[in-house]
Amino acid sequence: MQKAVLRSLPEPHNSRQPRWRELSLLGPLSKWLMSFAMTLLGLALVTFAMTRLSPIDPALQMVGDHASQSTYQAARLELGLDQPLPVQFLRYLQQAVSGNFGQSISTGQPVASDIARTFPATLELATAAIIIGSLIGLTLGIAAAMRQGGLIDAIARFVSLFGYSVPIFWLGLLMLLLFYARLHWAPGPGRLDVMFQYTVKPVTGFALIDTWMSGKAGAFRDALAHLALPAIVLAFHALAGISRLTRASILSELGQEYVLTARAKGASLSRVVFVHILPNIAGTLLTVIALAYASLLEGAVLTETVFAWPGIGRYLTTAMFSGDMPAILGATLVVGSCFVLLNALTDVAVARIHKGQAR
Amino acid sequence: MTDALLTVEDLTISFPSDNGPVPVVKSISLTVAREIVAVVGESGSGKSLTGRAIMGLLPCRAHVRASRMLFEGIDLQTLGPAGWNGLRGSGMGLILQDPKFSLNPAHRVGRQVEEALLLHTKLSARERKQRALDMLARVGLPDPERVYASYPAALSGGMGQRVMIAAMLINRPMLIIADEPTSALDRGLQDQVLTLLRSLTEEFGMGLLLISHDLQQVSRYADRVIVMRQGEIVERLPASELAQAQTAYTRGLWAARPSFATYGTRLPVFEDSGRPS
Repeated sequence: MQKAVLRSLPEPHNSRQPRWRELSLLGPLSKWLMSFAMTLLGLALVTFAMTRLSPIDPALQMVGDHASQSTYQAARLELGLDQPLPVQFLRYLQQAVSGNFGQSISTGQPVASDIARTFPATLELATAAIIIGSLIGLTLGIAAAMRQGGLIDAIARFVSLFGYSVPIFWLGLLMLLLFYARLHWAPGPGRLDVMFQYTVKPVTGFALIDTWMSGKAGAFRDALAHLALPAIVLAFHALAGISRLTRASILSELGQEYVLTARAKGASLSRVVFVHILPNIAGTLLTVIALAYASLLEGAVLTETVFAWPGIGRYLTTAMFSGDMPAILGATLVVGSCFVLLNALTDVAVARIHKGQAR
Repeated sequence: MTDALLTVEDLTISFPSDNGPVPVVKSISLTVAREIVAVVGESGSGKSLTGRAIMGLLPCRAHVRASRMLFEGIDLQTLGPAGWNGLRGSGMGLILQDPKFSLNPAHRVGRQVEEALLLHTKLSARERKQRALDMLARVGLPDPERVYASYPAALSGGMGQRVMIAAMLINRPMLIIADEPTSALDRGLQDQVLTLLRSLTEEFGMGLLLISHDLQQVSRYADRVIVMRQGEIVERLPASELAQAQTAYTRGLWAARPSFATYGTRLPVFEDSGRPS
């Protein structure tokens, strides 16, 4: 009788046989690329609209106030400002795709090479900050969830509240005051000591990698020491959100039935958290960390200013103050594309993590 | 049959509220031997809480008190966290209602079935896998290798509940608490799963505490029936004598069951007085 019962069970889905939905492997990828491209196009459209809506006349910026009418007209013609807007947009798009963002008015350099110089600095700072921030944030969040209502929970709450509410520039100044001016533990602002600035050849633009490749141990240590303080200040801001979200998602998962099942098998609380819950919230945590990373890339302006860090945030602010339109546009486009790319990559990574697990 | 695996005397569970502690299970006593005992009651009768209290799985704010809670000679009230973790999964197991939620969506089936062996035995990975495959076959899953390697999302409800049974029985516990194990399944599957549970209980010589709201259904599988209502036991009797139940409550429940005799007619409306408003 048992046998008959068994045979009437539905067959499990055979993963080796493609279903109609999976017939085209290209489907999800092309859909992903499509939405990625559309977001970038939207970004380009917004930045383009910015230039045309702003009161700054690019031709006038180029030739200066005292140029003659004919010089001004020639500049207008050269910039294509006499063309209809759609044509201008296409031209702008074409130039942006080929990496030509024009000439910066304040530095006199091509914007592309300015960005190539400043962006690695920001990338280095933000990457160091997100590594520190997510390590501490995850640890703090997990510990707080496991000792809910305890001392660690209170400390974690205080730290994240502090990280949220303290202005980042104030914290940066305070830390410079303490560790640089008083204790002399940290080196001053900038990325490298003047001593090394002209002896280490910039290859990648990442101070840590360049000094490492130069083989000078002192230079590498100096780069690391310069990076530490601003990275910690930025990390502090990032870990606030990461630790709160880690704690909240673990606590909400603790009430799930699969946790009860694991407990009924004799799993301890730490096994439940690390083995059972973390794989389930990995996607959420990854998304939050990626968002924090993206916001560090674009929002490190204050930290870069306080620590005289020659990154893209500071470049962008300087460009804004001087009305340097090509620089503003180029930097915005690059930072925006990074944001979009990071988000898109996160989506793919999350989908990969939870492949086959959706209920 | 007479040697009790589990003895519970005067079990009271209360939850704190603004007006002092509110008892939800009031001084109940029960024993389970190597048999199937059904605990039946409407929702809110305290039957699930009783099951969780026996496993030590109530939330911390619940207050549990009993004059005796013995499982195979172990005093459950003196167990610390490590003691409980040693007992759960080796001495007793818990089967929950809906495998869609009670299986971990991020772990493959094999890993979940093996977990109790990993935690309580020193078997090698290969031996664990062999035992898991045997167990998956034993609970009637076709192609155990494939089920072993799939995620719970790929399983149907009936298959999921079989996986759950395999995961809880793999380490041969003495007592299984099944909390509404079939409520999430459709009718045909319910009987399959209950039949499986009964045959495994007999084969492994276990005790089974079957918690359900369906008096008629469990009466066909249980040896004894305990009827609970509002935190109290109102009736206990052998399943075969349900028709001669003493209390009006049980008789009412029993009369309200659908059967071929009542097919096409209106079932009696169950009058329930004394319900707190």
